[in-house]
Amino acid sequence: MAEFGRAALLLTFGLAAYALVGGGYAAWRGRRRLAHSARNALIASFFSTLVAALVLVAGFLRDDFSLAYVAGHSSRALPTPYKLSAFWGGQEGSLLLWLLVLTGYSALAVWLARKRARDLVVWVTPVLAGIALGFTWLLVAVSSPFDVIAAPADGSGLNPSLQNPYMVVHPVALYLGYVGLAVPFAFAMGALLSGRTDERWIVATRRWTIVAWTALGIGQLLGAHWAYVEVGWGGYYAWDPVENAALMPWLAATAFLHSVMIQEKRGMLRVWNVTLVSLAFCLSLFGTFLTRSGVVTSIHSFTKSSIGPWFLGFIVVAVVFAVGMIWLRLPQLRTTAKLESLVSREAAFLYNNLLLVALCLTILWGTAWPMVSEAVRGETMVVGRPYFDFFLRIFGLPLLLLMGIGPLVAWRRASLRGLTRTFAWPAAVALATGVVLIALGAGSSTPGLVAYTFSAFVLATIVHEFARGTSARRALTGEPVPTAFGRLIGRNRRRYGGYVVHASIVLLAIGIAGSSAYDSVTEGRLTRGQSLSVGGYTLTYRSLGEREAANATEVRALLDVRRGGKDLGTIQAGKNAYSVEQQVSNEVGIRTDYLTGEDLFVIAEQVDDNGAVFFRIFVKPLVNLIWLAGLVFLLGSVITLWPDAREERRLATREARAGARSDTPATT
Amino acid sequence: MSLWILLAAALAVAIVVVVALPFLREPAPVSDTLHELDPAERRLLEAEEARDRALAALQELEADHRAKRISDEDYRAVVGSLRRDAAEALRALDRLGRGGTSDAEAKID
Repeated sequence: MAEFGRAALLLTFGLAAYALVGGGYAAWRGRRRLAHSARNALIASFFSTLVAALVLVAGFLRDDFSLAYVAGHSSRALPTPYKLSAFWGGQEGSLLLWLLVLTGYSALAVWLARKRARDLVVWVTPVLAGIALGFTWLLVAVSSPFDVIAAPADGSGLNPSLQNPYMVVHPVALYLGYVGLAVPFAFAMGALLSGRTDERWIVATRRWTIVAWTALGIGQLLGAHWAYVEVGWGGYYAWDPVENAALMPWLAATAFLHSVMIQEKRGMLRVWNVTLVSLAFCLSLFGTFLTRSGVVTSIHSFTKSSIGPWFLGFIVVAVVFAVGMIWLRLPQLRTTAKLESLVSREAAFLYNNLLLVALCLTILWGTAWPMVSEAVRGETMVVGRPYFDFFLRIFGLPLLLLMGIGPLVAWRRASLRGLTRTFAWPAAVALATGVVLIALGAGSSTPGLVAYTFSAFVLATIVHEFARGTSARRALTGEPVPTAFGRLIGRNRRRYGGYVVHASIVLLAIGIAGSSAYDSVTEGRLTRGQSLSVGGYTLTYRSLGEREAANATEVRALLDVRRGGKDLGTIQAGKNAYSVEQQVSNEVGIRTDYLTGEDLFVIAEQVDDNGAVFFRIFVKPLVNLIWLAGLVFLLGSVITLWPDAREERRLATREARAGARSDTPATT
Repeated sequence: MSLWILLAAALAVAIVVVVALPFLREPAPVSDTLHELDPAERRLLEAEEARDRALAALQELEADHRAKRISDEDYRAVVGSLRRDAAEALRALDRLGRGGTSDAEAKID
């Protein structure tokens, strides 16, 4: 079976090489049949990669420990869902997942754009093939998932922290995001290679960018929830290098999604947009490098390996290629449109871009600092949480405020008097919120208070926008409120979907501010019958139990929970000892108050032989708004992504009028 | 083991056929050249983009003004230049021999 997997990967390698060389030559010399053949090769590479992936899945499901990768990441006792997620539990499988998603995206992207942007696709094909070739090379020559060994009686099992339902979906979502950024990058490079620097590459990739950005955002939130419930340290984001590695391309893509609107509306920022999309893609490669190379210490770096230099070389090639192409096409990318006023929507989007990129680059500096310091000084120095928290506040809070201001300022220029009128109501709501919060004692944390006040301002602008838009539509059409509201969104999905996404970011900000600036914590060693109090809760340690599960011994401490004299039931926290993996994991207890969004979070840090347990207990106000933000974010993204038939017709008409004609039967 | 090799060979053959399909379908085509936009078509496409951009900006301004997102003062300050841009874009299209639609002109009026 391993031979079949290896052969499938070799086929992918051959197809990618053919699509790169043949496709590049066809685009350069204008060879139609060769271009289509290269496009078919890129599409076929998805199917050969899929075969390789299925072979590996079969290896896991059949407990085929003659495959070294399966033996190293699974065991007979491992539950079936985790046998499937063990696919991406190690380096080789992760790279194969990267390649599978990349070839899948590539096949779909070139197929869907074959008519609308056919002269771009001929250049996009070799770019995507080049990326696929790099990853296939790693899988074929450096780190193969199909290496065979003399089969042991049982495998070594899967890292216990990966034995969590979130690990079935979190890495996949994250990879859908990372890899998805390859598509807008390839179209941007295709536009530069072909000299077609008009806005068609943006139109062709707008949805791809949003899909990748959404997946990356959801993937990060799933990862945060995994860290919260599984890693057991009491938080959800630790500025871990690998967490940062996913955040950075997301920030760059967020900046791109905003700045691209300026190009669409005003024809400005063409150089900036291709730079941003290249930055986002290169950061996604950097993220994979950080996760898989083992150059930084991270809870996510499950393996150390030799692919680091290869990956670094790959990133250097991508950066040099992107910079070279932008430099080469600078004259065509220049535009005559200028920023007319510093008080305008395009100026607000520009400020938003500068803040996002500044935040992204400061995170990059903090993340890369251990590597830089080791290279320069010979010793690894790490910047801690205060560094990242400081820059998050410095750049994040103005960004939050801009989210409310930007969409309501007129394009080109706006008067201060007009702005005062537009923002009077939201500003009053924000001010009132701030006063009430101070009265309630929220002034104990200035950043928290500012975050809440700004959040109130943004939410007020969003609610006002929906109300005003619905009212204007009703006045125009006489429709009832629900119809006017529904059609308002339906007729302008990008705008109102964007507002919903903004609302999700506000929820996220409130959740983060509440759970980090206003949380409470206590700790102590308890024997049976003793109690600890924190944040109005009193927890009494009642008993300790032990049971044998399929692949672990589970120890659980049971605690009674009371608040204000009211019995709230019990909560359990403890540890799992995994016999095959010879590892122990924290299994935290969480009690959620769905009305207030608050969590009571219990960690059993240490269980003594005499039955005493050292507990750490947190009360995290509003933390559940973070997870709710994920659902709202997804809803906003879906609204934005939903196809707009009128826009499709307009673009098709423009293409037809410009004289672009079919040069081939579409089915080849 | 032979079964897996057989399967790999079948996969390889299927893939070669798919990749060679454009050549198999058209062994001797009249033209094997990719269509590329000539300079005139390219200028036309750019002019159409400029027209769509100007009209979309004008429509958005009108909608924002109607919804009272934008004050009368800001509306008056911007609408003139947007109309001029849209008219210029339409004139540019006319010069290239492809006028804007009457629908588009009606929007400017």
